[in-house]
Amino acid sequence: MAGIELLSDQGFRVDGRRPHELRKIQCRMGVFRQADGSAYIEQGNTRALATVYGPHEASGGRVRAQHDRVTINCQYSMATFSTGERKKRPMGDRKSQEMSQNLQRTFEAAIMTQLYPRSQIDIYVQVLQADGGNYCACVNAATLAIIDAGIPMRDYVCACSAGFVSDTPLVDISYLEESLGGPDMIVALLPKSEQIALFQLNSRLHADHLSKVLDMATKGCKDIHTVLDGAVRDHVSEVTDSMARS
Amino acid sequence: MLTSKSFVKKTKRGSVIKVVREHYLRDDIWCGSEVCDICLQEAPVLERHPQIDSDLCDFPHYVLPDTNVLLHQIDILEDNIIKNVILLQTVQQEAKHRSLPVHKRMRDIIANTDKKFYVFTNEHHKETYSERKPGESPNDYSDRLIRQAAKWYKDHLERARKQGSKVTDGDDESGVSVVLLTNDMANRDKAREDGMLAYTVHEYVKSLIAKPELIDRLAQITSAENERKKRDSDISSDGGRKVLFPEHMSATQLQSAVKNGTVKQGTFHASSENFREGHVSIHGEEQMIFIKGLANQNRAVNGDIVAIVILPKHQWTCPSSVVAVDKADKEEEGEKDFEEGENSDSSRPANSQPTGKVVGIVKRNWRPYCGVLQPSNNMEGTRHLFMAAEKKIPKIRIETRQAASLQGQRIIVSIDSWPRNSRYPMGHFVRLLGEIGDRDTENEVLLLEHDVPHLPFSESVLSFLPKMPWGITEEDVKVREDLRHLDICSVDPPGCTDIDDALHCRELDNGNLEVGVHIADVTHFIRPGNALDDEAFNRGTTVYLVDKRIDMVPELLSSNLCSLRGNEERFAFTCIWEVTHKAEIVSTRFTKSIICSRAAFTYEEAQLRIDDKSMNDNVTLGLRGLNRLAKILKQKRLDNGALVLASPEIRFSMDSETHDPIEVQQKEMRETNSMVEEFMLLANISVAKKIHEEFPQCATLRRHPTPSPSSYEPVIKAALAKGVELEVDSGHALAQSLDKAVIPDEPFFNNLLRMMTTRCMTQALYFSSGTLPFEDFFHYGLAAPIYTHFTSPIRRYSDILVHRALAVAIHADQSYPSLLDKQNVQTMCNHMNIRHRMAQYAGRASVALHTQIFLKDKILDEEGFIIFVRKNAVQVFIPKYGFEGTLFLRGPDKDKDGLFKYNEEECTQSAGNVTLRGFDKVRVQISAETSNIQHQKLRMKLVEPKVSGFSVDPQPAEPTREVESQPPPTKKQRRGGP
Repeated sequence: MAGIELLSDQGFRVDGRRPHELRKIQCRMGVFRQADGSAYIEQGNTRALATVYGPHEASGGRVRAQHDRVTINCQYSMATFSTGERKKRPMGDRKSQEMSQNLQRTFEAAIMTQLYPRSQIDIYVQVLQADGGNYCACVNAATLAIIDAGIPMRDYVCACSAGFVSDTPLVDISYLEESLGGPDMIVALLPKSEQIALFQLNSRLHADHLSKVLDMATKGCKDIHTVLDGAVRDHVSEVTDSMARS
Repeated sequence: MLTSKSFVKKTKRGSVIKVVREHYLRDDIWCGSEVCDICLQEAPVLERHPQIDSDLCDFPHYVLPDTNVLLHQIDILEDNIIKNVILLQTVQQEAKHRSLPVHKRMRDIIANTDKKFYVFTNEHHKETYSERKPGESPNDYSDRLIRQAAKWYKDHLERARKQGSKVTDGDDESGVSVVLLTNDMANRDKAREDGMLAYTVHEYVKSLIAKPELIDRLAQITSAENERKKRDSDISSDGGRKVLFPEHMSATQLQSAVKNGTVKQGTFHASSENFREGHVSIHGEEQMIFIKGLANQNRAVNGDIVAIVILPKHQWTCPSSVVAVDKADKEEEGEKDFEEGENSDSSRPANSQPTGKVVGIVKRNWRPYCGVLQPSNNMEGTRHLFMAAEKKIPKIRIETRQAASLQGQRIIVSIDSWPRNSRYPMGHFVRLLGEIGDRDTENEVLLLEHDVPHLPFSESVLSFLPKMPWGITEEDVKVREDLRHLDICSVDPPGCTDIDDALHCRELDNGNLEVGVHIADVTHFIRPGNALDDEAFNRGTTVYLVDKRIDMVPELLSSNLCSLRGNEERFAFTCIWEVTHKAEIVSTRFTKSIICSRAAFTYEEAQLRIDDKSMNDNVTLGLRGLNRLAKILKQKRLDNGALVLASPEIRFSMDSETHDPIEVQQKEMRETNSMVEEFMLLANISVAKKIHEEFPQCATLRRHPTPSPSSYEPVIKAALAKGVELEVDSGHALAQSLDKAVIPDEPFFNNLLRMMTTRCMTQALYFSSGTLPFEDFFHYGLAAPIYTHFTSPIRRYSDILVHRALAVAIHADQSYPSLLDKQNVQTMCNHMNIRHRMAQYAGRASVALHTQIFLKDKILDEEGFIIFVRKNAVQVFIPKYGFEGTLFLRGPDKDKDGLFKYNEEECTQSAGNVTLRGFDKVRVQISAETSNIQHQKLRMKLVEPKVSGFSVDPQPAEPTREVESQPPPTKKQRRGGP
């Protein structure tokens, strides 16, 4: 695989994007009826589904319930058909566990947890097709699902990845760009306050470049916010229209 | 703006998996032409009025080459006459995939703004992309993409012209058209059907009125193409010519064959003595596989990575000790010779080696070769043979019409292909270097053959130089230690302009001494990552030829701002020790400083000052102190087991006008040489410790591997013949036995022995500290556990890296990413090792060249020593000129055969009562042999001891003539160890 030029001299990435361009985002909210909230998102070829249940009484009785805030339970899984080779274990492997934990941390920071003491919110996300930026797509889908469920949050949580190739930061990197080495930064951001809910960096990046790459990722998060916000507003007006009609 | 389009690819990675990638098509990729007002481009590359005089296309046009044209005719595209070229992304990527060197050259062309090459990203353009049709081969697909892009350009420029003429109100400016260049006839015809202008390169180049000689540079691949196409049909009937070579295996066949082990792959090394023989070194195996005969070599050229099969044991043979030179003048003769070569050897020698034959080429390693045109009877003809300067390269057939004017000139030729029916590879003429024997030409050949980058520094590199007049500012004084009050001086060889080190020594109040080594602060001027830095890294080292110096950094730095000249204020990187009078180090510190050297001495001047008792100024006192300490330091080092090695170093005195060498001298060693060397070693070791402490993973260090005892065998054997025993168990033992090995009657013996010992060792190497365990850091020659190069940043890039690391370690500078990357540092070290070695070889080749010039038209009797006895010759070393030559005892004329008898056990040659042994003193007559213009050699004849029927009479003494001489640029003494 070596020898693929991730960024051409003319400034195009392998798939034809420029360094600062996101992949195409398409999303839908309220895709399921049974769940309290649900959403589906496509970021390029990465596709993710999120469902939210709750807030409801904490399962496992009083032991797991927290007296001052809601318990957030996240579960991340990848569909067996999500990658080129069929995946044997869709969930429960170390990577999924880590992702679940990261998601939990992210949403504990964003959801107004103090509003529902002694209760629980379940967030289930599944990657249907993986092509880089799985975590980001999951966060964005979960955000939409939580909004769909009507659970109050401080702000949207938008996540975006960024890489660094030949002295240029690349936003929203695809699987190819991820797998050819180089640093891979993941940022989950509350866009209005620019507070970082989660920050992760795989492989080494020199401190001199850190701010450049972080800026790029932040910019990406804000762009995603614009898209998600538009989708939410469309969805809301759609819902109100249908309510008005009925 | 984004249109998404995904497509499906299958890749093999053990199993077949489906890869889906997105492919965005855009509408913001501009055409890059000045003519166009439709595109919103900022800086169009292609000119409004492209001008090229062609009688085929006598209208303004842009050129659009296809992949094969780019790959094979890059020499044409590089010519200045070809401008305004559109390179498609498809073409560029395919070229990159198939040949990285071409890709790199192409990128250089694109970067050159005068050439007006524009890269059009056609596969991401909305209108020029199309999907691959089912069943379409990759080649056909890319050809179609290229045609589609060419068509789009044609229509687009047409539209732009219409719109442009509307705006400029009917100014009937004739539009610019696009000419597609392709050597694939089918492709050309299809393009013509679509109404495009399409020509083959040959048609196009022939039509260029301005530069008819460009035709010579066309690569001769047409016939290879034909052959490829006819492969399925009967090949032997191709053009009625005989097929000489077996077919190569295809890439896929090779892959599977290598995998299941029936075929081995390795690097092909042609023999420099016999063109029919070669070896293949297989990766990871010690035994070389022998290849005999041209058919078995099967068109492998020296350096290629080839696939071979090993022949059954009964076909094994061994290298014949015959020297064979390819003498064929014409192709037909060559073919005859071909068969002879195959059949001449039918004996099965007892000491046979594993023998194999080449069945396929994994990767060609062709490069442009320097050489001359072989003289032929028919100078008017267009087909000629070219002989490369490197003996391992076969002759190359080229087509040229300027043969007469190329006669007696050095030229560069590239190989294009080697079809099966051709005795020789086919190539094309690239460039004329100059006349044979002309010093500048020969120098250039030497530099090219050793791959030394020697072009003048480019504008972009020079733009990073400090602006003159340069001065020290307030801020500089603030961040640097002011050492201008110290009595610092430098000691260098005469005529040295790149002074990179200076010293001082003074008494401290507490009775100890303070010693300082001040090294030019080159990294202050060369910042990491800019063009100047890249260029310096690429050059790696300054190369010293006898009459020329090829600088690593531009002259403004090397000879002015970074040269610590006398009485000028300069920036330095200083290493200061406090030492006792017994040379024990009390403390060490490093600092960036400003110094003002009091004087720049030569070794001789410094020596005179030290010896002159009447001089007692501070500088002289300092020198004396340094000298005294240096002696102690040296003794300590020798006690530790450091080796004193010898290498023949000579200097030429040059005629001031003709620059011909007129006299040869051996370099002298004075006390002061060793004084400076000692402190440089100390500085290097101190710095090595410091940077290794600070950067255990990524410090640039230098090691000298301990040689295995078996590598000393030849010298031990030779010394034994003289009754001297060498112990090689440890460096210490070796140093002691070398010291003892003195034969009173033969003062040169010890030197000779050291020289030969040096040759048995491997070279010292740069490496990144994280790649090896600490025990392997050892520097054998200096007996130092850790070592680096710090003291010559003007002429070595390694020192620049070390300076940067040290500056970070003392918080004087910022670090940067690539400095901290272990792998990256190791890659840089490997590069510097190669450059370093090549610089040494180039330097030696330059000395050989000048010895040659010096001895031209002279016949001299000189004293020499036998350093090696061979089966049919003895190697004789001549100390006066520092070169060695071969004295053939069995010449080509057979009548002398049998005169000398070779004793294999004792390594002697004897004839009558005369016996030649290793280290024996002989007198030889040397003269330059000029019969072969390509490889001029020195011929040796024996004078003493007298062997009747073999030796020649001594020459009458020649009166020496006195000519005013000027010193050539000097190479600094081997400072800081080997």
